[in-house]
Amino acid sequence: MDVAQIEKTVKEIYEQVKSESLEEGDVLINTLHRIQDHFGNFIPPEAAETLAELMDLPLSKIYEVLTFYTMFSTRPRGKYVIRVCESTPCHVTGGKAVVEALKETLGIDFNQTTEDGLFTLEFSSCLGLCGVAPVMMINDMAYGNLTPERVKAIIEELRGGEAE
Amino acid sequence: MPKIKTLEDLMKIKEDAVKELKLREAGKRGKVTVAMGTCGIAAGAKETLKAIVDAMNELGVEDIAVVQSGCMGLCDVEPTVEVALQGEEPIIYGHVTAEQARRIVEKHLKNGEIVSDLVVKRGQV
Amino acid sequence: MSVAVVASTVLICAGGACISAGEKSVKQVFEEKLREFALDSVVQVVETGCMGACNLGPLAVIYPEGIFYQKLTPQAAEEIVVEHLLKGRPVEKYLYKGPAGEIKAKSQEELPFFKRQVKIATRNLGVIDPTDIDEYIGRDGYFALMKVLKEMTPEEVIAEIKSSGLRGRGGAGFPTGLKWELCRKNEADQKFIICNADEGDPGAFMDRSILEGDPHSVLEGMAIGAYAIGASRGFIYVRAEYPLAIERLNIAIEQAREYGFLGENILGTDFSFDIEIRIGAGAFVCGEETALMASIEGERGQPRVKPPYPVQSGLWGKPTVINNVETLANVPPIILKGAQWFASIGTETSKGTKVFALAGKIRNTGLVEVPMGITLRELIYEIGGGIPSGKKLKAVQTGGPSGGCIPAEHLDVRVDYESLKELGTIMGSGGMVVMDEDDCMVDVAKFFLGFTVEESCGKCTPCREGTKVMLDLLEKITSGEGTHEDLEKLKELAQFISEASLCGLGQTAPNPVLSTMRYFWDEYIAHVEEKRCPAKRCKALIRYVIDPQKCVGCTACARVCPVAAITGEIRKPHEIDPEICTRCGSCMEVCRFDAISKVSP
Repeated sequence: MDVAQIEKTVKEIYEQVKSESLEEGDVLINTLHRIQDHFGNFIPPEAAETLAELMDLPLSKIYEVLTFYTMFSTRPRGKYVIRVCESTPCHVTGGKAVVEALKETLGIDFNQTTEDGLFTLEFSSCLGLCGVAPVMMINDMAYGNLTPERVKAIIEELRGGEAE
Repeated sequence: MPKIKTLEDLMKIKEDAVKELKLREAGKRGKVTVAMGTCGIAAGAKETLKAIVDAMNELGVEDIAVVQSGCMGLCDVEPTVEVALQGEEPIIYGHVTAEQARRIVEKHLKNGEIVSDLVVKRGQV
Repeated sequence: MSVAVVASTVLICAGGACISAGEKSVKQVFEEKLREFALDSVVQVVETGCMGACNLGPLAVIYPEGIFYQKLTPQAAEEIVVEHLLKGRPVEKYLYKGPAGEIKAKSQEELPFFKRQVKIATRNLGVIDPTDIDEYIGRDGYFALMKVLKEMTPEEVIAEIKSSGLRGRGGAGFPTGLKWELCRKNEADQKFIICNADEGDPGAFMDRSILEGDPHSVLEGMAIGAYAIGASRGFIYVRAEYPLAIERLNIAIEQAREYGFLGENILGTDFSFDIEIRIGAGAFVCGEETALMASIEGERGQPRVKPPYPVQSGLWGKPTVINNVETLANVPPIILKGAQWFASIGTETSKGTKVFALAGKIRNTGLVEVPMGITLRELIYEIGGGIPSGKKLKAVQTGGPSGGCIPAEHLDVRVDYESLKELGTIMGSGGMVVMDEDDCMVDVAKFFLGFTVEESCGKCTPCREGTKVMLDLLEKITSGEGTHEDLEKLKELAQFISEASLCGLGQTAPNPVLSTMRYFWDEYIAHVEEKRCPAKRCKALIRYVIDPQKCVGCTACARVCPVAAITGEIRKPHEIDPEICTRCGSCMEVCRFDAISKVSP
């Protein structure tokens, strides 16, 4: 990606977040969320550098914050980030088989991305959807009452949608 | 939307909202069931239903729920309407046009008099 | 607002759990089919928040009859439109079924699941359309704010909340009125009120359900709190895992601003207050209040030493009150119905109700709101419908990774802050995970400790290093390598970590270990002395065996075994080689002759 383009985009995002907030002291995390959404599930180093300049902060400060939170990534991730819950309620309702099915269908392990760049598999703490456990989220969409078959169907559908 | 400033403003919104919510609450004095099977609809049950609801609003009948059902099996006298009030046996009326529907609301629901010329059945189907 | 020419209303649960169970397409099918039969003008489809019975989702209730459908599929929705809405015949097979399997076609209040509940914080869940502020107002919404701003001084509001006995629902149970009073007394040019919606305990989802199903009650509670303490600005810190809650909150805040419940000169008074949403980024420790504030300030979410407490020096050094979602949702009803009313519910020290999330080995998983002081037995058997497998209940885990287990012999304990504490656990945010005889308590302790190790922020050594050492010891014990010395070391470390850790996360991290040791010491001993896992759960301590009397030699197990550990001729008893077996359990699942069992050791 073109550095100048990244700089321009980050600046726009930063100004946008600032204009929406009543408080200015705390825009960093919201800005990081937007940057990550924009650049496809990760925060490119150039974007972090630009943001450091804009906010007049040392780059180390930006990384200090973004590496603390598990939802931010410094590595490129797939278009679909799959976050599967492994907490007790999901575990006792067959979460393990679901995880296995995910790994098998995708052909990857946790924290890996498929070769086509579509899917990244991550582990998540409780998603608060225990009533329909086991659950996973693919980007912002939650899927419940999962079975290995359902997982495979969901992944195939997303794959199919991309192929079209 | 003007900003709310007084208790009266708030009451007004509540009253409007409650009118809509009320229909979801059970526990009324009785209910009017309009048969909305395909045959009923073909005979004009939708107009009947609308007329009932309108008449109830107009006459301030609030303690009766309006529900719909499927065909009661009395297709030749459609549209049919069943009035079931607490403690009374249900009455089924036949050939209830929009006009007749108003009569039923006024006489039966409001004043408790059975509209005998329209009755097709008393008691459970 | 639309005119009320509505014959039936279909309420569809649109909480996160139901949507994820497929609700969106169910709603679409309802709408499509209604259009097809020209019923769309007389049947209204309304999305509501979570109704609590999530394991039965997606759910729908059809009013005015109050008929309750469960586990809907698009196919079911179609049948319900055709049979029920068109022909008036409730579709039996999708009706809510009670625990005994009998069919219940009665109104919502009569279902056993709802029978014992007293709904205060969840009063509007499943009843109103959360995206329509008018419906909230229709259920007395914002009347409490009106009353507070027009008739009460901040001191009177605080006095009312204090005498109601409301305590924080997020875990610690600090008296809410007192917290407000302490903050009010601190002079400052600016104060803040924060709603802690960083719900993270495994198994807890009441806050999500309230935010999704009744966001305005939280906004109203915050506005009342802000008036009481003198805050002009509020934040709702929501975890990023709850996108629907964030969406509903955004809509609600917008609507509240439009009506003048938020913003400048609220309700024509000189009180001004506004709320912003801050989104977390996946750090459990941010539920700790000082870490949460650090995160709002755009820092790493690490806790700091208390005192000073947030009411003295909080967000950007200003006095700040932090309340939990459920706590805030209780505030408007208290103001409207009075402290006396609220205090009349519950026990001596714990007033009002508590929302619990039932999960694990229980029939009706979901959300329930019950008066404080209800016994665990009533909660689990009468409301929760008991254990589905017919197995024996072993323990109930409360309070998530900060809590502990209550063993079956204490099932008649009355649930309130103090009695749970006496039993060595905590109320916590209200997650309850039910465990049966198949659950190994050492394994459960290991799970929660693993969670803490994962989520420790790393700032203080006892938590960062100590919990890791404890986890290693538990690994050792569950793999059959543990010694008596290890058990002693575990106890010692537990003591040390809870005394020396910086924040609540570390201080309470040993609780799952301490409480399982207290009640299930024999299981620890069995693991250490006999290398035996009584629940037959710890893989290193179990073997799968085939009973030659029962085995008919069908070869099903041998075919399913992923590592070819099962051998045998067709129509002759098979055998499992324990050296090759990975204890995956697949063979036991496929055996139709009940010939395979687990043994330990």
